[in-house]
This record gives sequence, C-alpha cells and structure tokens, in this order.
Amino acid sequence: MSLRGKTAVVGIGYAGLGSSPGWTPLELAAKAAERALADAGLRAGDIDGLCASTFYHLFPTLSMSEQLRISPKWSNADMTGGSTFIAQMLQAALAIEAGLCKNVLIVYGSAARSTKDIYGIIDLPILQSSYAPLLPVGAYAMSAARHMHEFGTTRTHLAEVAVAARKWAQLNPDAALRDPLTIDDVLKSPMVSDPLSRLDCCLVSDGGGALIMTSAERARDMPQPPVFVLGVGTAHSHRDISQMADLTTTGAVESGQRAYQMAGVTAREIDVLQLYDAFTILPILFLEDLGFCKKGEGGPFVADGGIAPGGRLPVNTSGGGLSFVHPGMYGLFALHETCVQLRGQGGERQVKAPNLGLAHGNGGYFSHQATAILGSAAAL
Amino acid sequence: MQMGTSFEQPGPIAQYLKFLAEGKFKLQRSRSSGQYFYYPRAFSIGLESDDIEWVDVSGKGKVYSSTIVRRPEKYGGDFNIALVELDEGPRMLTRVLGIAADAVEIGMRVTARIELPAWEKNPSQPLVVFYPDQR
Repeated sequence: MSLRGKTAVVGIGYAGLGSSPGWTPLELAAKAAERALADAGLRAGDIDGLCASTFYHLFPTLSMSEQLRISPKWSNADMTGGSTFIAQMLQAALAIEAGLCKNVLIVYGSAARSTKDIYGIIDLPILQSSYAPLLPVGAYAMSAARHMHEFGTTRTHLAEVAVAARKWAQLNPDAALRDPLTIDDVLKSPMVSDPLSRLDCCLVSDGGGALIMTSAERARDMPQPPVFVLGVGTAHSHRDISQMADLTTTGAVESGQRAYQMAGVTAREIDVLQLYDAFTILPILFLEDLGFCKKGEGGPFVADGGIAPGGRLPVNTSGGGLSFVHPGMYGLFALHETCVQLRGQGGERQVKAPNLGLAHGNGGYFSHQATAILGSAAAL
Repeated sequence: MQMGTSFEQPGPIAQYLKFLAEGKFKLQRSRSSGQYFYYPRAFSIGLESDDIEWVDVSGKGKVYSSTIVRRPEKYGGDFNIALVELDEGPRMLTRVLGIAADAVEIGMRVTARIELPAWEKNPSQPLVVFYPDQR
C-alpha cells in the first residue's frame, strides 16, 4: 500500500500570531481550527479525527476535543517537538486511508510569548540539567561551532539565513518582523550562545495553527485547490545533544530519503521549501541533509542571497520562524506555508507556479526530523 | 521472576552519581564488546544487564564542541558549556573550567575532575567537570 497522493490538505488557518495576551493556547488553537474549517467548507462536527500536541497539555487531544466539543473516532498526540505536526500528517494519512476516520484536524496553540512559558520544551534529564546549559540555543550553538570547525562555515553564512528570512517576511503582511535587516545587523547583534547571536534566534510568539486533511477523493469536491500528501518520512536519532552521533549531520538524511521515496521525487524537482529555522544553522544543515547541496556546502549555498527572494532556491517564503512566527513548535506553520504556495495564494511572496513543495520539521535538539512532500494536482 | 538484577540496588544513574559522591568516575562498559556508555542505562542495544560492568575511566578527553553562554555579570557572567569526548568513546555534556569561557577550543585536550558544581547555590552532588591539560 502506498500513501502517495491518497490524502490531501483541504483547509488551513492560523490565528492570534505574534502577541495575544490573555488568550490561552487552547483558545488560540480553537480560533485557528475555526478558520481552517471555514477554509475547507466544513463544520466542526465533520471532524472525526484529531491530532494535537502542545508543550502545556499532558492530554492534548482530550483538552482540544473538549474545547471544540467534538468527539473524534481517532486521535494522535505524538510529541516529537517542532516536527510533531509533520509526523502527525503521516499518521493522519494512514488513519484516513485505513478508513478509521474521514476528516482529520491537526491543530496547535501556544502562548509562548505572553506567558514566557516554554519550560515544557526544556524537560531535561538530571545529567544534563545539572550543568545548567542554556537550551535549546546552546545545543544548536555547539552544532554551528562544529560546522564552522569542520567546513569553514562563517557567521556571515549564518547571517545570510536571517537576512533571507527577513526579505521574505517583508513580502508577507502577517509576518511579525518586516523592518529591513542587513548582514551587518546580525553580525553586530549581541551574542546569546556563541556563535549564535540574538538575530540568529527565532521569534517567541503566541498563536494557533490548524490544517484539515481528508481523502484525495473527497478533496476534489471541496472549495480550495487540494494540496496532496505525496510523501512523509520521519527519523529519530537521539534526545539529548550529547547523544547526537555527529553534530553536523541530522536525521533529515533519513526522513528526507523516506519522504522522497514515498513521493517518487528527488530534491532537484522541489519548487519551494520550508525548513525549520529555530536558529540560523538549521536550514544550512537541512539543505545539505535533504540533498540540495553537498555536506559542508550549506554555507556557500545560502551566501549572496542564495535562499532570499530572487535567489537560487526559494526557502522559508513566509519569513520562517526567524521573521514570520515561532510559537515554540513551528512545524505546522511550515506545512501551512507549503499549502499557501502550492495553492498559489502567496500574494507578493508567491513563487512562480510551484507543483512540489517540501516542509521539514525538527524537534528537540536535532533529535527528531520529519519531512513532508506536498504537491498540487499537477504533481500527482 | 525478576531476572538477576536486584532492584534494592540504585538504578544506573543513581549508581553513577553515588560513585561520584565517593570520588570515583566510573562508567558502564559492555564486557563482551568493551564499549563504554554515557549516560548510564538499564538496558540498550549493546548493553544487556548480565553484560554490564562499572569500570574506572581515564578522565582524559578532548573538546568535541563548545559554546560560551552569555550571561549578565550580575548573574555570574559568561560561562562555558561543552561536549567532551572521552578517550574511551562516549561524549558528555559538561563544563570546561579553569580558563576563560572564550578560550575553550574544539580539539583541546582536557582532564576530568569531580567537583561540587560551583554554579549551584547549595551543591550537594559532585559532578564531572573538565580542566584543560597543560600545554
């Protein structure tokens, strides 16, 4: 049984991005769900499958279904950090294809900015917490330091990622940060955990996000152009940074291969990418590990506006976690933007007629990777 | 039947910390393969209960990667966090002390010491930290 093209995203929505004081994560998630339902032309009662995960709720699908007053027949509350929703897309495709449910809501909400509460994502075993490391940034900083040491990557390369994200964000009216940003601004920004400066770090946002999946067959009769799920792959490699075999190679190598294999495509065919960018080093590693350049060449690949508007490859066209939104677990927003682009609804930032989009999520400290390849009807 | 292991003895992490409290830096090693493990585990690929021995390690290693965590002076100032690769193989998250945080370099040879963490208010559990070797 192949899952290629069997299911599609038919509704997307987000709500309360940026700063929404006084709103709980569940309320923001519910608003996002309402918008995704409207986008899909469905009612809450049509949802019979639910995927939810937050870093606040031990029972996220119970809390979310109660909030929406829905009674899903099937649910999934996997928790792999920021990659969760992309991993859940695979589970949802399986559940729909197996006939366990028809319409799956994947939903997330966070009050990370207003409550300053991100402690749920920093749950550490004693042998790590005893050393009081500054995480997650410290783990990514050590990966960046290692990449610089092995391959000659520079802080300017890292800065290119932040500047490219900002240039895309300037084309996105919903992006949090749209002021001009230069390489020099990033280089002069105060250090947080060397070699990562404040402007190498993502936003900490409030917000909810949602998407709705159904069978490819039903998707054809729905209001929006369906975005077909062609391939999804996931990979576990470790939990704690001390257990990562090689700090410059991630499990995206495996998750990518699995997704490409299911989709029957190669990196060369991908038209638009959303790569998890909690810190500037991440897209550099993912470009390498997902096959867009050789290991060690991620720095030169992003140089000279390589992933900015008009560059070699359109990456993080929403502005990403660095300039658009990052409510703690960003993966759902990578999927959201992939759908926007494949529907042709990107406005000023729309990439020219893309048929294949890749969304890549990261969880923990490069601990879990999930890659989704989505396509328009032309890609089927 | 609970197959061999006595659950009256501390679990692997508690045992590791107990050794440190006694001034001993010991890690688990697989008798059959000779592979060392950190952090200590109850069971994993390559580490089965009847094959585990606790052995002294050299405490010698090198910095695999490192970062300076920036912190305002009033909270104690900048400090180092590092991944040290022991000569026996495993890598551990730790701190390199005895030199300025910005002087720690990848590849630097370091040696372990067991110390009460100076960064804690009321430390009671000694931990493994590293100091650079004389150059």
